[in-house]
Amino acid sequence: MPAPVVTVANLRKRYGNFTAVSDVSFDVAEGEIFGILGPNGAGKTTTVESLQGLRSIEGGEVSVLGFDPRTNAAEIRRRIGSQLQESALPDRMKVWEALDLFGSLRAGGRDWRELLGDWGLGHKSEARFGSLSGGQQQRLFVALALANDPQLVFLDEMTTGLDPASRRVAWELIRRIREQGTTVVLVTHFMDEAETLCDRLVVIDAGTVVAQGSPQGLIARYGGGARVCFSHGDGNLTWLRNVPHVTDVQRNRDRVEVRGDGPVLAYVAAALVERGIAPVDLRQERATLEDVFLALTEEEPE
Amino acid sequence: MKLLGKMSWLELKLFLREPLTVLFALALPLLVLFVMGGVFGNEVDAEFYRGIGAMDYYVPAYVALVTASVGLISLPVHIAGNRELGVLKRYHASGMPTWIVVASSVVTMFVIALFSATLLVVVAKVVHDIVFPESMLGVVAAFVISGLAFAALGVLLGAVLPNARAAQALGVLLWFVMLILGGAGPPPEVLTGVMDPIGKITPLRHAIRAMQDGWLSLDAGLSWLIIGLVFVGATGAAIRFFRWE
Repeated sequence: MPAPVVTVANLRKRYGNFTAVSDVSFDVAEGEIFGILGPNGAGKTTTVESLQGLRSIEGGEVSVLGFDPRTNAAEIRRRIGSQLQESALPDRMKVWEALDLFGSLRAGGRDWRELLGDWGLGHKSEARFGSLSGGQQQRLFVALALANDPQLVFLDEMTTGLDPASRRVAWELIRRIREQGTTVVLVTHFMDEAETLCDRLVVIDAGTVVAQGSPQGLIARYGGGARVCFSHGDGNLTWLRNVPHVTDVQRNRDRVEVRGDGPVLAYVAAALVERGIAPVDLRQERATLEDVFLALTEEEPE
Repeated sequence: MKLLGKMSWLELKLFLREPLTVLFALALPLLVLFVMGGVFGNEVDAEFYRGIGAMDYYVPAYVALVTASVGLISLPVHIAGNRELGVLKRYHASGMPTWIVVASSVVTMFVIALFSATLLVVVAKVVHDIVFPESMLGVVAAFVISGLAFAALGVLLGAVLPNARAAQALGVLLWFVMLILGGAGPPPEVLTGVMDPIGKITPLRHAIRAMQDGWLSLDAGLSWLIIGLVFVGATGAAIRFFRWE
């Protein structure tokens, strides 16, 4: 694994009596899309804003691109791109003006004309920020985050408030950032987004890391095993319980659900065909990251 | 420096795209000139204005008033509004230095004030045939020190007030009190009771006296020093209290 570009160890942050982050640790490797997931108020934004030196850090060790945000925030900001929650541009600022300004913050920044084309804003160059649609504003923010040609970008809830089509477009944009060699830290509360985009992720709840790993790894570990489903008119199927890797069989009218683990699908299929049953809708229902997330973060009933 | 130039130019363009604030900055001093000039003319009255024609007395005061209106109203509204919208936070996260954000706003303020003051003086010259400054250097010095003092006060207000509405309300209030009691409205000689002592602690009073020193060679007493101290004090406080969000 390449050297980490971000390391966080036991990060802690309080606002008055409210502990926003109590113990968060993770590493981000170069070139990956790293997700930070969690319910609202879990401490995601506090964590990424601390990494950018926008929040004072109370405890723990943090290093971003080799710099400590407590002492070298300016060095970090010069090298990263940032898309923040709750930030904006003046309504009357034009698209090209914003790109020109942010691009000139660092020597060797990207030429704004190039960025305009890259992010499909060419025809909006003269448009004022206030006149852009939500999707266009997000594209502009991503373009601005990349204007200083950063090694690392933080994207905080960038698809919140976008319609489904714009979200898909935004996902494409995030993949393109990574293809250009930039490491991405993605804060989100959308599970499908994290599952689709992230190489690895941490799940944060109430200020602590409750799980971390690849989306597939987390699903395998916390997803509650595999479910194989098919339709079958009648006949006794209890013999399925004896098939290897099957743990349970349930029927609801003609719908059959077989629970198991690992390669259960292949064994169930083979056993069915052997007995002359070939359901056309046999499939394995995958647990999703959403199941994992709910399992990990749902509050225990009192 | 290049960044400061770019940012200042951008700020000026943004300012010019807000028709109402432009109208406010340019038309208000002219309106005051029109009303007061209509009432008093430019006749010499030994009783008031220390024996100087009313408009000769007032135009330097209005020039100082221009720096106060841009500094106390436009600047705080601009800064507090940008913080409220999250614009400052975005600048901050992008590595924009604080001094660039503040200095570009102050440069823009000076350009607007200079333009507004020039327009005012030209109109006053044409309409009331006011006298030319005794000391051009003194007038420029007074303009710069008043501008800096009110800019520092404006940045301070913009730093401590939570949003554009609060900045607007407090800025206009301060500006109005200073206009009435500071010497740009009734001559200080007619202020009674506590009005004159209050007037004396308004920075505008001292900005006006410094300006009149340059323009009319009126004795400014300690006013140069006081307006300078306002600049230093407000700058220190603004640095101490400036917040990005």
